Amino acid sequence: MPKITFIEFDGTAHEVDVPAGGSVMEAAVSNNVPGIDADCGGACACATCHVFVNGAWMDKVGERGDMEQSMLDFAENVRPTSRLSCQIVLTDELDGLVVDMPEAQH
Amino acid sequence: MSQAAAIDQQRVTGTHDAEAWRDPWSLPLESLDPARAILFKENVHEEYFRRLRQEDPVHYTADSEFGAYWSITKYNDIVAVDSNHKVFSSHKNIVVGDAPDEFYSPMFIAQDPPIHDVQRRAAQPAVAPTQLADLEALIRQRVCTILDDLPVGEEFNWVDRVSIELTTQMLATLFDFPFEDRHLLPYWSDVATATPSTGRSDVTFEERNKVLQECLNYFGQLWHQRKNEPRKFDFISLLAHDPETKDMLDNPMEFLGNLILLIVGGNDTTRNSISGGVIQLNRAPEQWEKLKANPELVPNMVSEIIRYQTPLAHMRRTALEDIEFQGKQIKKGDRVVMWYISGNRDDEVIDEADKFKIDRENARRHVSFGFGIHRCMGNRVAEMQLRILWEEILNRFDAIEVVGEPERVLSNFVLGYTHLPVILHAK
Repeated sequence: MPKITFIEFDGTAHEVDVPAGGSVMEAAVSNNVPGIDADCGGACACATCHVFVNGAWMDKVGERGDMEQSMLDFAENVRPTSRLSCQIVLTDELDGLVVDMPEAQH
Repeated sequence: MSQAAAIDQQRVTGTHDAEAWRDPWSLPLESLDPARAILFKENVHEEYFRRLRQEDPVHYTADSEFGAYWSITKYNDIVAVDSNHKVFSSHKNIVVGDAPDEFYSPMFIAQDPPIHDVQRRAAQPAVAPTQLADLEALIRQRVCTILDDLPVGEEFNWVDRVSIELTTQMLATLFDFPFEDRHLLPYWSDVATATPSTGRSDVTFEERNKVLQECLNYFGQLWHQRKNEPRKFDFISLLAHDPETKDMLDNPMEFLGNLILLIVGGNDTTRNSISGGVIQLNRAPEQWEKLKANPELVPNMVSEIIRYQTPLAHMRRTALEDIEFQGKQIKKGDRVVMWYISGNRDDEVIDEADKFKIDRENARRHVSFGFGIHRCMGNRVAEMQLRILWEEILNRFDAIEVVGEPERVLSNFVLGYTHLPVILHAK
C-alpha cells in the first residue's frame, strides 16, 4: 500500500495509505484531503487537481501526457514540477511520494 | 402558433396536434428536435432530455431549422466530447446554428489550437486569481450599494435591479469600460446572442451587425488609448499589448468576435445564475431555511446554483473526421451538440440530479463551465460574484419572495430570465 504525503499550502501535512492502481487525485479525494477540487472527476479536463511533485520524486512519477500539458497550459501558477494528480497512477515504486498543493484550485 | 409553424410541426412530428411538442414522450423518437428555442422558453426541454438520456443518448436529428445535428445528452459522453478537441473541433462556431459567412466573427472560443491557445492566454490574466483577490473588496462594496438601494416590501424586477446591474458593473471593471456607459455592455451582449442561430427568427443578421459595428467603433477607440499607455490588466490593454494579439484591430471582425466573446461570457451567464438562485431558493423553502441557519454553505450553494441553472444550455462542435461514438456513426463535418443542461440532470452521475440541494456533496462536479481546453476562463469571477452577493443578502433580508412567474429568454443557448418579480422582506 503506497503511502503518500500531501502538503497543504499552509504547510499542514496529510499522510494517507492507499492501494496501488488509483490516481494521486483519488487518494486525496477519498481521504478528504483538502486542496484538491477534481471538478471533472479525473478526466484530465479541468486542471483543478493540480499538485507540485516534490523534487526527489519527479523522475519516478513519469511525464505529463499531451492532454495534461494542454490543460496545464491554461492553469495558474504552473511550475516545472506541476502535474495533474488525476494523471499520476500509484504504484509500489511511489511509496513515500510527497506532493505540495497550490494555494487554491479555484 | 402561426400557420407556418403548424405546418412545420406536422412535418416534423407527424401530428396535427399543435401542442404535441410539449410532450416528447408522445412523439416518435426519431422526430425529437431538442434545439427548438420554444422548448426552453416554455420550460419543457427537460423532458426531451430525460427521454433522450434513457432511450437515445447520442441522438441524430435529421431535419431542423439548423440542419442535421447530433445531440450528446449524458454527462460522461459530454466530458468525452468536450475533452477531445482533436476530433471535435470548435472552429468556426460553437452554437448549433450557423451564421451566414458575411457575418462571421472569429473568436477564440470558436477556434482550435494554436489560435485558440495564443488568444486565450493573452486575455486570461484579466481573471487570474491574484487579480480577483484585488477585486473582492470592490465587488463587495458594489453589492452592498446595489442591495441597499433596493425597495423593501414593494415589487420590483430582480433581473434589472440586481442580476443585470451587478454583472454589468463587473464587466465594466474587467474591460475598464467607462462606468457611465456601462449599460451598453449588456445591450451589445443581448444583441449578440439573439440571432437566428439560437432560435430567434424575429431578428436579422443585418440589424444585429449594425448594432455590433457601434460596439466595434467604441472599443476601437479604447484600443487606441490603451495601446499608447502602459500595459494594465483589463481585457483591452492585455490584448493590445500581447505580442500575439496586438494587431488584432487590423482584422475588425476578429476583434469584434473576441469582444463579443468576453462580453457575453461574463454577462448573461452570471446574470442568469443570480436570478436562478433566487428562483430555486423560493421553490425550495427548506433550502432557504437551511442556508439562513448555515451561512457557511454559501460557497457550496454557489456551485449548486450554477449546476442547476446551467446558464448555457449547449456547446456545439464539428467532427473533423468520421468517428464511431457510443455505437453511432458520426461523419466528418457533422454538427455535434453537447447539451450541458442534460448532462447536469444525468442521475447516473449526479445523485437526484433534478433536486436543488445546497449542501450537495461534490457540488463542483457539474458541466456548466464545460471541460477541456475551452473550459470557462471566467469561472472564478462568476463564483466570486455569486458568493459575495449571497453573503450580503443573508446579512440583510429574511426572504426574497418571488411574486409572479419568471419570464424566460427565447433561446436554445442562453438559459435565463428577462423578468423576475420579487418582494423583499427585511431581517
